[in-house]
Amino acid sequence: MKHILYLISLCSVLCFSNIVMASDAKENEGEGEKFNVIELIMHHIKDAHQWHILDYKKDNGEEVVVSIPLPVIVVYKGQFDVFMSSEFEHGHKIVEKGDNKYALYDEKIYMADTDGQLRFEEKEGENVVLNEMPLDFSITKNVFAMIIVSLFIVLIFVSVAKAYKKNPGRPRGLQSVMEPLILFVKDEIVYPNLGKKTDKFLPYLLTVFFFIFFNNLFGIIPFFPGGANVTGNIAVTMTLALFTFFAINLNGNKHYWKHTLWMPGVPVFVKPILAVVEIMGMIVKPVALTIRLFANITAGHIIILSLVSLIFIFESFTMSPVSVLFVLFMNCLELLVAFLQAYIFTMLSSLFISMAVEEHH
Amino acid sequence: MDLVTPGIGLIFWTGLIFTILLLVLTKFAWKPINKMISSRNQSIEDALNMAEKAREEMKSLQAGNEKIMAEARVERDNLMREAREIKDQIVAQAKQEAMAEVEKIKKSAAMEIAAQKSAAMDEIKNQVLDLSVLVAEKVLRRELKTKADNESLVDDLLKDVKFN
Repeated sequence: MKHILYLISLCSVLCFSNIVMASDAKENEGEGEKFNVIELIMHHIKDAHQWHILDYKKDNGEEVVVSIPLPVIVVYKGQFDVFMSSEFEHGHKIVEKGDNKYALYDEKIYMADTDGQLRFEEKEGENVVLNEMPLDFSITKNVFAMIIVSLFIVLIFVSVAKAYKKNPGRPRGLQSVMEPLILFVKDEIVYPNLGKKTDKFLPYLLTVFFFIFFNNLFGIIPFFPGGANVTGNIAVTMTLALFTFFAINLNGNKHYWKHTLWMPGVPVFVKPILAVVEIMGMIVKPVALTIRLFANITAGHIIILSLVSLIFIFESFTMSPVSVLFVLFMNCLELLVAFLQAYIFTMLSSLFISMAVEEHH
Repeated sequence: MDLVTPGIGLIFWTGLIFTILLLVLTKFAWKPINKMISSRNQSIEDALNMAEKAREEMKSLQAGNEKIMAEARVERDNLMREAREIKDQIVAQAKQEAMAEVEKIKKSAAMEIAAQKSAAMDEIKNQVLDLSVLVAEKVLRRELKTKADNESLVDDLLKDVKFN
């Protein structure tokens, strides 16, 4: 995360002086320390307690970090604490609230020991923190990005709905941009699967489509308010898949449950085996949804960041045109993927729901 | 491993934000938008149906027009035929009348001619009578001289007298 916005702006502007500055910065960071691509990329695609914008060093060597502090909400042993993440001073300081001492390490909050230290253990070449973790309900970068995107979606569609009231006949402006998308979801994704039951599930499927689509698009934007890897976070995709899971199983009809638990038309001794398989299938469906979206979006982010990092790995200005061309190509591909993944998630959700609510005669 | 471990906080917030988004959008966006779109679809369908109906009406109207036209044509033909008959009748009658008139004129002309003829004959008779009297008188005056003289005299006289 640390350098990403800086790097992307470098790459896109392709300014020579910036390249010089970057190499300066690297020299200052530590003698002999190589530019760590994996660390940078992992930092970006993971969640964070602050929204990092850029950092630079003053002439006197003082490091300045420009970031938006986000609220930290933690619960530990019945104690409920709310404070801004800026109190951590980017992980350099321990925050004391009553008896609890909170420490930020690698964008995670731990309970520090009474002396304000964390205990580490070397495991498979990595430093693992042994301290306990509080329940973390913070407004993290992903949550904040999600709120921004949701407000954006609400703003768009409420204004579109208003436009429909004003001129229902001929859509214009934003209305004419959104209508084909809404109708695409309705007529091409939901209706072919759900038929007469379209109206019941359409609000959910439209919301999930546009939520994923806009979060994907905002993820491609390299600077605030984009750049957060929301739909590339497994917690987010899992929650969305859980919504689909409940939509399937809370609306499943008698036929669906009969086929899941006691398959008709097969010998009795096969029935329990099939029930096990069907119940596994019930769980695998949302898991597949979770992993597909998470992996696709995360992979896209990783590829783009890797391509940008090429410049810094080769430490060569001549690498930048190659990098820029590749990143440009990948960005176009990501635009397609942003739409495609939203489409696939909605498509599969409506397919699974239709399998559960289908009428048999 | 960190990457594929879902955090409880993010699950909670995603669930909350998504639920709120779902409720807000359902109430303020999807319901009105879908209602508007389906009512628009309905109005388009109505308009199409109406156009279809109008076209059918046009067709039946056209058929009616054609019927009226055909009737009018028959009527016209009848009228023409009648008119022709009447014309023929009138012409025939006129011819008849003319013939009768001609006959009448012919008859009266013949009568007139006959009358004129008899009058002319009478006049000729009278003139011949007068002339014979005159000749007789002249002959009588010279008769006594010679017979030859008489004859020459008669010849002369006869030469003088010429019938018209």
